[in-house]
Amino acid sequence: MGAGHAHPLYREGDSPVHRLPGEAKIAAAVGFTIVVVATPRHQLWAFGCYAVLVAAVLAAARLNPLWLLKRSLIELPFVALAVLLPFVSPGPRFVWLGMHLSLDGAYGAWNILAKATLGVWASLILAATTDVSSLLAGLERLRLPRAAIQIATFMTRYIHVLSGEAKRMRIARLSRGDNPHFLWQARAYASGVAALFLRAYERGERVYVAMLSRGYNGRMPVGAAFPPARGADWARAGVLPAAAAAIAAVAMIA
Amino acid sequence: MMLELRDVTYSYPDGHRALAGVDLSIGAGETVALLGPNGAGKTTFVLQLNGILTGGGRVSVDGLEVTKANLAEIRRRVGVVFQDPDDQLFMPTVAEDVAFGPANLGLRGAELDARVDEALEAVGMAEHRHRAPHHLSYGQRRRVAVATVLAMRPSILVMDEPSSNLDPAARRELAEILRGLDVTLLMVTHDLPYAHELCRRAVILDAGRIVADAATSLILGDADLLAEHRLELPYGFAVPDPAA
Repeated sequence: MGAGHAHPLYREGDSPVHRLPGEAKIAAAVGFTIVVVATPRHQLWAFGCYAVLVAAVLAAARLNPLWLLKRSLIELPFVALAVLLPFVSPGPRFVWLGMHLSLDGAYGAWNILAKATLGVWASLILAATTDVSSLLAGLERLRLPRAAIQIATFMTRYIHVLSGEAKRMRIARLSRGDNPHFLWQARAYASGVAALFLRAYERGERVYVAMLSRGYNGRMPVGAAFPPARGADWARAGVLPAAAAAIAAVAMIA
Repeated sequence: MMLELRDVTYSYPDGHRALAGVDLSIGAGETVALLGPNGAGKTTFVLQLNGILTGGGRVSVDGLEVTKANLAEIRRRVGVVFQDPDDQLFMPTVAEDVAFGPANLGLRGAELDARVDEALEAVGMAEHRHRAPHHLSYGQRRRVAVATVLAMRPSILVMDEPSSNLDPAARRELAEILRGLDVTLLMVTHDLPYAHELCRRAVILDAGRIVADAATSLILGDADLLAEHRLELPYGFAVPDPAA
């Protein structure tokens, strides 16, 4: 059984990237993405360099590149529109494989595709090497609003409890002859959702009482078990955005 | 006295009187079962002990009165284990959940780790410290829930229906753990054999009042008293004769 705090994207491991504190990795991934987005789109070579950087981090994290590529498919619906740009954009045209394409549109499509892909890769590597607890501790240390972090903490825990309840309610409905394929039987489904909401609400009250009973005073000791990032950690995590920034600087001047 | 209640009353906002003058004293090291039918006010009673609900009368824990100013210390002294472990375990991992209470008390670093280890050790769950609560069996979750309050080194352990939903083996394992703890125990239950197994003394709460207070074997041996308060021994169970 893997570590319990695993989320579906987490790949258990003990690489230098895994060991970095959450806040350093989050800052590095966000910094890298901002630099990538700020890079002029016609400097194609710069994006190649970014991909090399990602590959280096991937190797350091001992992650399988195939896993990364498979998971990147999530961006497809978002970049699908980009494919149309070379066909529909106005401006000067060029011929490619017998098709007359818009130069501006082609750059636009490339811009979206390359930047989205690099951003998705950075996020995936962050998710694959950072478990939920360290992610939450990192967000807290990066001064994300406390309420948002508490909501995220509870969500990661209770999503399983709630989905379990929903499953049991569904089985109980089906066992009494409910057939949710028919529209007119949606009523049972709808009241099931309402019952689930009420149950979740009541559980919320009980959880709160249980928290008060253990001395809760409005502040979650999230990440009490995780030492905060030290200078060396920030320096190590900073290598990625710093290298990317150097590439972007050259790309902007050139 | 470890726990002392004097004329404790409580009415819910809708006017329902849940506690109608409860007097109870529990000495250090005692094991007491609080018995009563559904709706007797057992859970309301438990929530008075750590000041979640406050009504009339006085409650004190090891000499410290339950008042707003004392709440933090009172909640350290009174460890409440709730009936549904999914209500109690809300952090992503077992270790973090066990650390929640002591961290609220201000413990950090190595001291906090030691406290978590000690509590998980006491319930035999140390090897599961990095797992998520939803990956544990129900019995294991109940044991972790006990650890979450043991980590605060309570003076009195209050358990709400500890044996509910446990299979026989998990029920026995929990009993062994509870017997091994050096702590005053107040167990709220209608599992009468479990009360008999773990508690020397039993009190019956009905309609918001304590209506009986004696050795558990005496109470369970009084069929009329039990019947009067909607309590029943399971089929085939007979209280072993204390004289035998």
